[in-house]
Amino acid sequence: MFFNSLLTNFAALEVGQHLYWQIGNIRLHGQVFLTSWILLGALLVFISLGTKKMENDPKGLQNLLEFLWDYIRDLARTQIGEKVYRDWMPFIGTLFLFVFVSNWGGALIPWRLVKLPSGELGAPTADINTTIALALLVSLSYFYAGLSNKGWRYFEYYVHPTPIMLPFKILEDFTKPLSLSFRLFGNILADELVVGVLVFLVPLILPIPVMFLGLFTSAIQALIFATLAAYYIGEAVEEHH
Amino acid sequence: MLAFNFFGATEGGLFDINATLPLMAIQVVALTYILNSLFFKPVGNVVEKREKFVSTNIIEAKNKLSEVKKLEADLLTQLQSARTEAQRIVSEAEDESDKLYKEALELANNEANASKEKARLEIESQTSAARDQLSKQADDLSELIVNRLILEK
Repeated sequence: MFFNSLLTNFAALEVGQHLYWQIGNIRLHGQVFLTSWILLGALLVFISLGTKKMENDPKGLQNLLEFLWDYIRDLARTQIGEKVYRDWMPFIGTLFLFVFVSNWGGALIPWRLVKLPSGELGAPTADINTTIALALLVSLSYFYAGLSNKGWRYFEYYVHPTPIMLPFKILEDFTKPLSLSFRLFGNILADELVVGVLVFLVPLILPIPVMFLGLFTSAIQALIFATLAAYYIGEAVEEHH
Repeated sequence: MLAFNFFGATEGGLFDINATLPLMAIQVVALTYILNSLFFKPVGNVVEKREKFVSTNIIEAKNKLSEVKKLEADLLTQLQSARTEAQRIVSEAEDESDKLYKEALELANNEANASKEKARLEIESQTSAARDQLSKQADDLSELIVNRLILEK
């Protein structure tokens, strides 16, 4: 009896089903927005608490936030370079925090306990719309960074070091967002599916190491996404000599 | 129970791209601005202010340290000169006291010699006086003897 109730609670894996919200003519994946609002709300509350009373002598949450800030600054500075990293640090940091919070929130919070009429709650980054949105933002950012920093000379990058590179560089502009979005989407979705299937098959103990592996993957994916975004921007603003 | 509907679903599926995409992009851009004003700017200000404070303090401390080293060297040379000066004064004083001692010794010697000489002279004069007196008495006595002998005759 108990086993049965466990199965009905945890094991109903629903892949590719969504909670649709219909607003006028457009349709949205409601579960993605619900989880992202909850997680981003938690993130903003956390950050507001940590920055409420800033002191020169950091304590508690402020310490953690300063560590985070320093981590993001190092990431942006090493990838983008000393000259313009300041302009892009908030964007890179937001990407990192958004992906990290989404991934970990999706892995740590037992969303499955919440019953939706259709689909189920999970990491917002396990939805292809979210990851493509992030990847396209990265693409726009590096174009904007290159054009605003170097003007039309940005396109020298496409024939650098030789014009033979031109087709490959153009192809890269398509593969970059594609690989960014599908890497994140695939990893997070795969992690959710593996955990889901394992919980369905063996509800005890066995899924735990896989869950830890999932947390690891989630953190790494956030770092990879932010690092690559920063690298692409850095590549666009780099001066060739 | 496992409902794997990858592509075949009439609606939905894993690669169901719809208005979620642009709205999510707008949400992330909004989040960037919110986090910038709520997190990156304030924390950055505090951290950078502190870094500046620390670096200026380090520079100041380095300046002070070099100043201290300079002063130390200065004091050391001063100490050295004071030491040699003291040595000079001490040796001078020693010389002087030596001289004074010698002078005093000589003076005392002279005085002692003088008084010894005086005493010797006095002794000599007294001795000669006593001898004179003795010879006079002897003369007197001999005269007396002679007179008596003559008178008895």
